[in-house]
Formats: sequence, structure tokens, C-alpha cells
Amino acid sequence: MFWITGLFNSLAFAAVLFLLAAGFSLIFGLMRVANLTHGAFFMLGGYLATSAIGAGFWIAIVAAGAGCALLGGLVQHLLVQRLAGRELAQVLGTLGLSFIVADQCLLIWSGDPIPLAAPAFLQGAARLGMFAFPLYRLFLIVVAALVAIALWLVVERTTLGAKIRAAVDDREMARATGIPVSRLFTVVFCLGSALAGIGGALAAPVLSVYPGLDTEMLPLALLVVILGGIGSLAGALIGSVLIGIIYTFGQILLPDLSYVILFLPMVIVLAVRPEGLLGRQAA
Amino acid sequence: MKTVGIILVTAIACILPFLLPGNFYLGIATQILVYGLFAVSVNTLAGYGGMVSLGHAGFLGIAAYAYAVTSGTYGFSPWIAVGAALVIGTAAAAVFGLIALRTSGLSFLMITLALGQIVWGVAFRYTDLTNGDNGISLGRASVISADPLTLYYVCLAVLALVMVLLAAFIRSPLGAAIKGVRDQPRRMSTLGYNTWAIRYVAYLVSGFVATVSGILYVQIFQFISPHALSLTVSSEAVLMVIAGGIGTLFGPLLGAGVVVLLKNVASAYTDRWPTLLGCIFLFIIIAMPEGLLPGSKRILAGMIGSFRKGAAPSASLQPTSRAR
Repeated sequence: MFWITGLFNSLAFAAVLFLLAAGFSLIFGLMRVANLTHGAFFMLGGYLATSAIGAGFWIAIVAAGAGCALLGGLVQHLLVQRLAGRELAQVLGTLGLSFIVADQCLLIWSGDPIPLAAPAFLQGAARLGMFAFPLYRLFLIVVAALVAIALWLVVERTTLGAKIRAAVDDREMARATGIPVSRLFTVVFCLGSALAGIGGALAAPVLSVYPGLDTEMLPLALLVVILGGIGSLAGALIGSVLIGIIYTFGQILLPDLSYVILFLPMVIVLAVRPEGLLGRQAA
Repeated sequence: MKTVGIILVTAIACILPFLLPGNFYLGIATQILVYGLFAVSVNTLAGYGGMVSLGHAGFLGIAAYAYAVTSGTYGFSPWIAVGAALVIGTAAAAVFGLIALRTSGLSFLMITLALGQIVWGVAFRYTDLTNGDNGISLGRASVISADPLTLYYVCLAVLALVMVLLAAFIRSPLGAAIKGVRDQPRRMSTLGYNTWAIRYVAYLVSGFVATVSGILYVQIFQFISPHALSLTVSSEAVLMVIAGGIGTLFGPLLGAGVVVLLKNVASAYTDRWPTLLGCIFLFIIIAMPEGLLPGSKRILAGMIGSFRKGAAPSASLQPTSRAR
């Protein structure tokens, strides 16, 4: 009973983590940019959704995604591209930006946690024998699974995906064959940021939105990406489930030390495979 | 010339308390010394070792909490607490180094960020030990001294001692090897150097210095809470390092002075320090990536140059090549 419910909640949290980490991993894997604004976008997405909820749940989600995509595009165009080739400057630039975004969120939406109501048709629980599964969490798991499949299809099976992969493997050669590399990277940045915003919006009914959510979620996403292997979509999926389970059960069983046991998977994976479970060997 | 400068700065630092109008300013001066030492620890790793850590506030925090719990909660004498904090902080660095140094580059930066946030989470959640968000306050009896003037000189002496030792360390063969591994890891490895061990030593030294700064931190504030371990504090230290000039011995101290002063001045006018911090980050990275002093010199020279030559844009105004 306890284990089944715990596992279910872990998977729901893993779904949120995946939405967050997949966007980060996508940007990092394709562009070698560690976008530390990602956690702030997650929080911003949640806040945007709470403000747009009056227009309906779906519109709120779309608004969160679109808002973060727009901002992400601006970041890529105005900051990241300008610092091309300077990895450290890019990281620190996005870090500085994350402070600004988080602080402006605090200014606009105040310091109190803001809850977000799940839509009516997702309230309540599905009953299966003696177990009750909250519908909304079930919904989160389904959405994450759909996003995972869609991302995989886009990257592996479409022309856009093929162009992106080409740009990653050999930027100069891709440019020479007429692929608009800079514009592609902006698209990827928008897509990754949109995922963070949607993740934050979808997580809001469960976690609610509050200052500090960004710095709480960002390290978890980093752990997911490090564990799974940077740039690997399947790795992000496995990492999310792993961290989701450990974090959720940790909070139930060892509330004081729920953060410490996050060391465990990291130590084991890094000891055996420093490049992450499904990561490619560093070139 | 350089020696004269160092002597002059040291002399000014020694008589500074008598030039300042009151304890408030003396407190800020002491803060600069402590944050300066902390920035020096980040620079040891980032500047000489080429490994940028975004989790160094974790070491400052572990040392400060170790001190506060030993001396405050359990009532041991301050000097025993200093010893305990030194051992625990350095041990933490030894363990974290084993984990973080499995990787390098951006992955290293991400892991240190995650490790730092884990320490923050423990400080925040493990309320039995750390008193959670409320933090631990220390009484006057639990610190080495509560007198502002004594504290200033203690911090100055510790900082001076660490700087002298570090300068010797950087000039030693081992220090040269650290810089060698930063610039040419493959060549160093081919030459038979154990690059992992060299990086690990740099990490340990850096963690030790951060530990010392954590002990001083808890002396001057007589208080420690999870905020001291936050990502913001780690990032401020990185900002001090790049603002002052990464990989220079005294740059981080200059950076610490600028950042601490700005923070205190800004707090008088606005609550929006994080926004300002972010803007400074962006400004330094975009306009003066090599640090405030060389950056200002370059821009000034560029302006004078373009003034003389007419409006022709000077090539030196471009911070680095964008060709890549």
C-alpha cells in the first residue's frame, strides 16, 4: 500500500523533473550551453500560469510555455549567441540572468506561495481496488510520456531534427550546406525554455509556486542530467525516474536527510560512469 | 613597483580602523576581508586550476555550522570549535572533491552547483542540528572575540597569512603543475604527471581556505543560517573573482571590496540586490571579461585612441574574437 502510493507519487514528481531536465539537456546536448536560467524559467512558467488561469487551464499552460519560449529566444539571441565559443561566460551570463528573473518574479508576484487549482475534470482520484490515484498526477505522468515520445520523434524522425543533429556534429559543414545554424539554435533554445515553462505550470497544482522554487528545482534537474548523461533524452527519462523515486521516498522515510541521500546515486553513477548512464564518451 | 604596492596596501589596511568614522564602516571593512578570503578560495580553484565551482558557499557553510554547533549548541571552547570546523570543513572538501573531480569543464560546474545546493538543503531541512531557516545565533562567549576592532585585526592577520602561504604555494613546483594541468592537461599527463591528483590537491587547498573563511564568517556575524550557503553567495564569490581578475593573487580581494561595498550601498536604497547582482554579472561578462582593472584600462585606452585617430573604431574594443 505504502510502497505503491509512494511509487506513484515518485513517478508524478519524475514527470515534472523530466519536463524540466529534458529542456536543459536538449539545450546542453545540442549547443554545449549550460543554461542556468532554466530553473528560473520553470518558476516563471508557474507564475505565468497562476496569472493566466482566469482564461482557463489549457490557455494558462500555453501562456506559460509561450512566455518562456519568447524569453528563451531573447536570451539566446541577445546573450548566448553574442558569447559564442566562451562556455564559461555563457554559463555565468545565464546565471546572472536567473537572479534577475527570480527577483523580478518576487517583485511582481510577492513572496507568498501561490497555489494553482487543477481543472475540474482532473480533480478527484481514480480507484483501482484498494488504491486511489489522484487524477492530476496520473495526467502529469501521461503528459511527460507524450512529451518524451514527441521529442524523440522530432529529433530522430523529422527534417528539423536531422538539421539540428547535423548542426551539432559539425557546425561549419552544416552552415556550408545551407542550414541556418544560428536560427536552429534559437529554435532549440525556445523549445527547451518552453518545456521548462510548461513544466513549471503543470507542476503548480502539485507544488504551488513560491520564491526559491527555481533554486530548489535547478539542482535536481542538474542531477538528473548528470546521472542520465548530458544530451541524452532517454538518459533524462531514466535520471528523472531515479531522482523522483529517491527524493520522494527520502522525504517520507528520512525527512531530515532527504537531500543527503541524493548523494547516493550521484556517487555510484559517477564512480562507475562519469559520463552518465546513457551519456556519450567525452570526445 | 609591485612590492611597493603590496606594502602600501598592507600599511593602509593596518591603519584603516583609525581612518574610518565608526563601527558600522569597520564592520563593512571586516566583511570585505572575510568575503575576500572566500573569493580567494574560489580563485585558487577557478583561476589557477581552471575549475569554476558554483558550490563553494557549501564549504563556508559547513565550517560555519560546524563551529556554531560545537561552540554554541554543545558549549565547547571557541578554539576547540575552530579545530573541529577546520577538520570537518576540510574533510567535506576531501569527499566532495572525489565526486566532483570525476568530471571537468561544464559538468564540474554543474556538479559543484548541485553539491552546494544539497548542503543548503541539509542546512534548511535538518532542523534538529541546524535549527532550519531560523539559523543558529551565537552568544558573545561562543566566539573568539566580539570586539569589532579585534575582529578586524584577526581577520586581517588570517587573510595576510593565507595570502603569503598561497603566494608561496602558487610559485612552488606543485603550483606550477596546477597551472600546467589547467592549460595543457594532455601534455601534463603525457609528461607523467598525475593530473587527477594535482587537481585534487587544488580542490583541497581551495576547500581549506573556504573553511577558514567560514570560521571567520561566523565570528563576525555571530550567526549562521542557510542563506549563507545559498547559490547567491557562491555566485557572488565567482563574481568577485572575475570582477577582480581571474587567476591573479590580489584580484579577488579587489573584487570582494567592490561587491561588498556595492551590496551595502545598494541595500540602503533598494531591496532588489539580486537584480543588481545579475546586472553586474552581465556587465562584467559582456564588457570587461578580463576584470575591472584591465578592462577599464583597455576601454579608456580605446577611447583615448579613437579620440586621437578620429572616430575610427578601435579593434581593441572587441573583448575577444567572435570568429569561433
